[in-house]
Amino acid sequence: MSGNADSQGVLTGAHYLDGDHACGEGAIAAGCRYSSGYPITPSTEVFEKLAQRFPFVGGRCLQFEDELAASIALYGAVWGGTKACTVTSGPGFSLMQEHIGLAAITETPCVYFNVQRAGPSTGLPTQPAQGDMMQARFGSHGDYRLIALCPNSPQECFDLSVEAFNLSEEYRVPVIVMLDEVVGHMTEKVVIPPAEKLKITERRWTKKKPGEFKLYQAAEGSLVPEMAKAGDGYKLHVTGLTHDERGYPAMNVPTHQKMQTRLFDKILKNVDKIVRWEERDLAGADVVVVSYGITSRVAERAIQMAKDKGVKVGSFRLITAWPFPEKQIIELSKKVKAFVVPELNLGQMVLEVERLSAGRTKTVPVPHVGGTVHQPEVIFNAIVEAAR
Amino acid sequence: MSPPVKENPVNKYLRMERMPSIWCPGCGIGTTVNCFARALDESEIDLNTVAVVSGIGCTGRVAGYMNVDSFHTTHGRAIPFATGLAMARPDMKVVVYSGDGDLTAIGGNHLVHAARRNADLMVVCVNNFTYGMTGGQVTPTTFKTAVASTTPYGAFEETFNLPRLMDSCGATFVARWTAFHVRQIAKSMNEAINKKGFRFIEILAPCPTLYLRRNKLGEGLDEMKFYKEKSVVKNGANTADVFLDYRKEITVGKFVDRERPSLNEAMDARMREALGAKYVPYKIPGKA
Repeated sequence: MSGNADSQGVLTGAHYLDGDHACGEGAIAAGCRYSSGYPITPSTEVFEKLAQRFPFVGGRCLQFEDELAASIALYGAVWGGTKACTVTSGPGFSLMQEHIGLAAITETPCVYFNVQRAGPSTGLPTQPAQGDMMQARFGSHGDYRLIALCPNSPQECFDLSVEAFNLSEEYRVPVIVMLDEVVGHMTEKVVIPPAEKLKITERRWTKKKPGEFKLYQAAEGSLVPEMAKAGDGYKLHVTGLTHDERGYPAMNVPTHQKMQTRLFDKILKNVDKIVRWEERDLAGADVVVVSYGITSRVAERAIQMAKDKGVKVGSFRLITAWPFPEKQIIELSKKVKAFVVPELNLGQMVLEVERLSAGRTKTVPVPHVGGTVHQPEVIFNAIVEAAR
Repeated sequence: MSPPVKENPVNKYLRMERMPSIWCPGCGIGTTVNCFARALDESEIDLNTVAVVSGIGCTGRVAGYMNVDSFHTTHGRAIPFATGLAMARPDMKVVVYSGDGDLTAIGGNHLVHAARRNADLMVVCVNNFTYGMTGGQVTPTTFKTAVASTTPYGAFEETFNLPRLMDSCGATFVARWTAFHVRQIAKSMNEAINKKGFRFIEILAPCPTLYLRRNKLGEGLDEMKFYKEKSVVKNGANTADVFLDYRKEITVGKFVDRERPSLNEAMDARMREALGAKYVPYKIPGKA
């Protein structure tokens, strides 16, 4: 499978790929050359793709003894100078949470792929769900912000995997690509552009010399520090303790305040640059369906059925789950009669829509326990009911 | 007689701006760090190629005091972090420095697997028989009948024989010393840091604040005297015979020194064999 990959490892051309494999190709195209993994269905194919392809593109990967190891080994590689990712699902995502927090506080750029299956616990392996959406935001202890993306097709799995690496380098946060089992296992056409057409964000290496460089001092005109790697004489100290600009532990409130404020601000003050969504037919819509992942594909059918009945219905599809497109939902809430929010859980992202609508408009959840997808009729009925 | 030196020769290996350390008077961890600095000094290794990775706990703070690239990670996970670093940077010497609780309890799974896969790591395990940072709880090395805060009537589990464990998992270098054996520690560290594969050094060290006091064993100095009296050097001893028992003889020495393909070497060799000329070896970032 290395046949037509170009020198940078980009598998340029039109392919018939499933979402998991497309994520693997996206990672390679983004320049990822290290992955630490642990098998868990339905995510394993992402890691298998990397294990198969890395030897042809100068990458290294290793299956570790558990997710605790898999979710920190990649940070060693990142601080060694590579781009790196890990891959998991369900129980594995729970085990990895501590290290998502470590990446947040140490500003370690990295990508997590979470192919969601129905839970809690071992749950319904390995059938689809979207039950980890809040965990993606709040799963690690303490207070932090990160970026989570939710593709709805194999093509978008490729595109958003590249984007995930770019965003992780840009903001130095963990970026989580939140697939669901159906998107991970569905096979569709994926067009991979030539390497020179891909926009790749490289790591921002400092040009400062050792002694002048402070590991956690925000770069000029930015909230994000430049990076240095091990072995270059910077004598880095990276710690999960609250730290000052040098990276040294400082156990006091002012240091914690300063660190946390910048870590939050680098997301909060850049929301407009980070947030991505897809909108359709919002002008004059009475009802807007807010959906993501595989549910957005099912909702398309329901929306068409409602349109056929004369309902003015539009679609707002989340591409970034986190940060949430707050401004956009607030604006819409001033115009529409109702939001309809189908998702493969018993009510997670709908809480955000409801919070942002703040009673200005109706928010109708269309919950589903997962294991399969919604029947389009269920979403259709909700749309018709909401339009009344 | 050589002229007097103005500065302690180990200072340049330490982040002196972070001194004094958090360690208690009489604690053995600082002694081992002194030995490590001397080993680095004697080995004349380029310090820019050395990285120290620690987990959590009293010994977990070592990374923060070494004046090299250093990483203070999560509880028990120093070894997998270090494995990732050593895979990405085969040009560097990656040292894991942590305590018995961190490496052998919460991190036990990683310890055995890193030894099995022969990851390119030198692991220093400072064994003070307790969790010092959290107030003196029982660990997998706490001897039966010894009191810890979570075994207030005495510990009742069998302990690990760490050299035996590491030997059987395939470590390329296994040694045990006590904090009394400062020259031997430095010598073992100097030897081990220049080897490939998984190298393990256990150092018994006093924790006067929690372990010694709680067990009415005296001060740090008393424990050093105890180490001096009870230690028997048996280089090359069969690791099956070096089990420790409470207040009994302590077998110390270099037990294992062998060659075995390291993780990086085995991975590269397998890929070359399987893929031939199509194999594109990993390139160290920033190196030609």
